[in-house]
Amino acid sequence: MRAAGLVLLVLVGALFFYSSAELPPTGDPGSPPATHVSPRYIEAAYKETGTINLVTAVLADYRGYDTLGETVVIFTAGIAAILILAGLAERREEP
Amino acid sequence: MRRPFGSVVLDAAVRVLVPALMLYAVYVLAHGHYSPGGGFQAGAVLAVAMVLVPLVQGPRSKWGLGRRAAVILAGLGTLVFPGLGLLALLWGGNVLDYGALPFGLEGAAGRALATMLVETGVALAVMGVFVIFFELFETGEI
Repeated sequence: MRAAGLVLLVLVGALFFYSSAELPPTGDPGSPPATHVSPRYIEAAYKETGTINLVTAVLADYRGYDTLGETVVIFTAGIAAILILAGLAERREEP
Repeated sequence: MRRPFGSVVLDAAVRVLVPALMLYAVYVLAHGHYSPGGGFQAGAVLAVAMVLVPLVQGPRSKWGLGRRAAVILAGLGTLVFPGLGLLALLWGGNVLDYGALPFGLEGAAGRALATMLVETGVALAVMGVFVIFFELFETGEI
């Protein structure tokens, strides 16, 4: 089992190293992430959202659905913690 | 606030830091349109301001948010985002289409206002959850 894990690790590592050679260089303007939606955000974000900070424009407006999910995740974490830990404290006090 | 703090140094430091932290949180939130900042960061700074006095004074401190208020604020803050999204739906747009919200502002200005509201809600939610965690671990029962 250990040997199988090691072989798998070496194989996946080799795959990662092999495929990393094909990645576009950092900051390459011709790379796929820089040619798809990014130019549109950079050109139109202020006109469309009235927000100078592109990060805020993308976070709260273009990708608002994503941020909605993030907020709900944080809230759920807090509520789950209070339900579990406060319940533990109460149960410890009972006996 | 009349009760003396743990030591002179802590007393002075907290009295100087907490108002400055609150102001800075509002700055980070309100300036998120123009510079790095926004709801998540502002919520974290605000939570530090809320937590600092109970941290210095101990669990008997009268200042700061209670657990109940923290849960209510976190819930309200989390509700702002889907609330605005559904409001846009009611006014004939898509969900989270801020352009359809009934602010009476033209295009981009309305979207910027909606972004501001959303960030405020996120800040409240983050602050509430931080304070919830602090309240849970502060008592020493867990």
